[in-house]
Amino acid sequence: MDYLLHVMILALIYSVFAMSLNLELGYAGLYNFGHVAFFGIGAYVSALLSHAGVPVSAAMICALAAAGITGALLAVPALRVSGDYFGIATLVFAEMFRLVCLNERWLTKGPMGLPGIPRPAWIAPGVEGMPAYLLFAFLAAVGTFVFIRRLTGSPFGRALKVIREDEHMAQAFGKNILLFKVKAIVAGSVLAGWAGTLWAHYISYISPADFTLTETILVLLCVVLGGRGTNWGPVVGAIAVVFFGEAVRFLPIPPALTRYVAPLQGIIYGGILVVIMMKMPNGMIPEHRRKNT
Amino acid sequence: MLRIQNVTKAFGALMAVHGVSLEIGDTGVTGLVGPNGSGKSTLFHLITGFYRLDQGDIFFGPHSIGRLPPHEISRLGLIRSFQHTRPLPFMTVIDNLIAAAPGQTGELIWPLFLKPARVRREENNLHEKARGILRLLDLLPLADELAGRLSYGQQKLMELGRILMAGPRMILLDEPTAGINPTLIRRLVEVLHRLCEQGIQIFLIEHNMPLVAKLCQHVFVMDSGELIFSGTPKQAREEPRVIEAYLGRENHAA
Repeated sequence: MDYLLHVMILALIYSVFAMSLNLELGYAGLYNFGHVAFFGIGAYVSALLSHAGVPVSAAMICALAAAGITGALLAVPALRVSGDYFGIATLVFAEMFRLVCLNERWLTKGPMGLPGIPRPAWIAPGVEGMPAYLLFAFLAAVGTFVFIRRLTGSPFGRALKVIREDEHMAQAFGKNILLFKVKAIVAGSVLAGWAGTLWAHYISYISPADFTLTETILVLLCVVLGGRGTNWGPVVGAIAVVFFGEAVRFLPIPPALTRYVAPLQGIIYGGILVVIMMKMPNGMIPEHRRKNT
Repeated sequence: MLRIQNVTKAFGALMAVHGVSLEIGDTGVTGLVGPNGSGKSTLFHLITGFYRLDQGDIFFGPHSIGRLPPHEISRLGLIRSFQHTRPLPFMTVIDNLIAAAPGQTGELIWPLFLKPARVRREENNLHEKARGILRLLDLLPLADELAGRLSYGQQKLMELGRILMAGPRMILLDEPTAGINPTLIRRLVEVLHRLCEQGIQIFLIEHNMPLVAKLCQHVFVMDSGELIFSGTPKQAREEPRVIEAYLGRENHAA
């Protein structure tokens, strides 16, 4: 039961994380390979501030602000290069963030990580608090969903799609494409920070090893698998990725193969994902339902 | 209205546009002709800020636009089309038009949440305006069709609609009639005349010479990156340099 709660909370947090990346990748067409850094900034800022005695809710708000500001600071120089190079710039940025967390021991305790991150006052610590945290994560995910739906269903979202499809056309019609992209990245970073702070206060222990490229790839997978450029896609994708990731643990693997449990689980998990992508190349919720040729 | 002063652009050793100066007043429709590779499209890219000038300057009304980025030039009311159609295929025709409108409050993040009523009102107005333009272009029945499903000619008309949505004072059209059928060309010409009556200036690149003669009050001729003639279409046909550069060379080819 507690395990089920845990999986559901994880799925909700990943939904928020995936939705934040989708804003950049799906709507603005920006391949941000360093998105985990903003998740990490949210987690670290929130954890450090609550350790310093700041109330958790205030620490969370500061974490969002920190992620957003960092997003702007990264976006303005990184967007001067285009396409693939933007991806590389963000990738490098995430690695820089991880190395800072690893080496600035006076602040982050380095590889030891930060244990004992408190939960919000109204949620009990440990297992007793899990139902309440599930509610919290659920409300947070719903709030994020509503916020993003408003953004993407608006003229702002429409302009992002115009820019994604044809930058020159967008410019010819007076859209300041740099400004739109910066806004998309700031909004995406704030929400990634939101996911990070939700995660840190839930899991109560963070370390630099939690914020590697693997996490970015995982959340990228949620977005692409679910359907980029749609509101439900990243949610469905995150649930599928977390669900299948956990489900393979329960596969009946014959005792003779016990040595190979982990690789077998990995192979099957990967196989499921590959099949989904082959059957649904535009994601489980495709952006364009109608064929267009 | 548009004044180009000694504009030069080179790509490596290739002089794409060399020392071109020209001025367009309130003449209505002005043509820009010349053989392929004579620098016409490059000049359009320079005017609209897509290429950076090497030398010279460009003025639109009182504004110097020679160093402005494309979106700022566009907001002054100087709107262009591209040589090949660029629809947003997965959006409906009407959304293609609405997306082109400048200065939408709903494109800013805070007003979306703080002034939703205003955003909705603007959106409704844009919708009405787009429908009016589609009616003018005879595209209203296709308003909710995906733009990618339109024929090439219809897409060209839709692009003109998009330009109108942007509230232009001057329109730059790069080969508006290339590849579309005579019926749609007639429709397009009709619309262009209507726009002139509304005081919108039109500057177009066109290879269809009879059409240029019919449509344009004034024509500029370019060859090898230089402006070689300025005058009425009738004078252009009699000008030896133009015949040599443009028609003459075509005769040789034929």
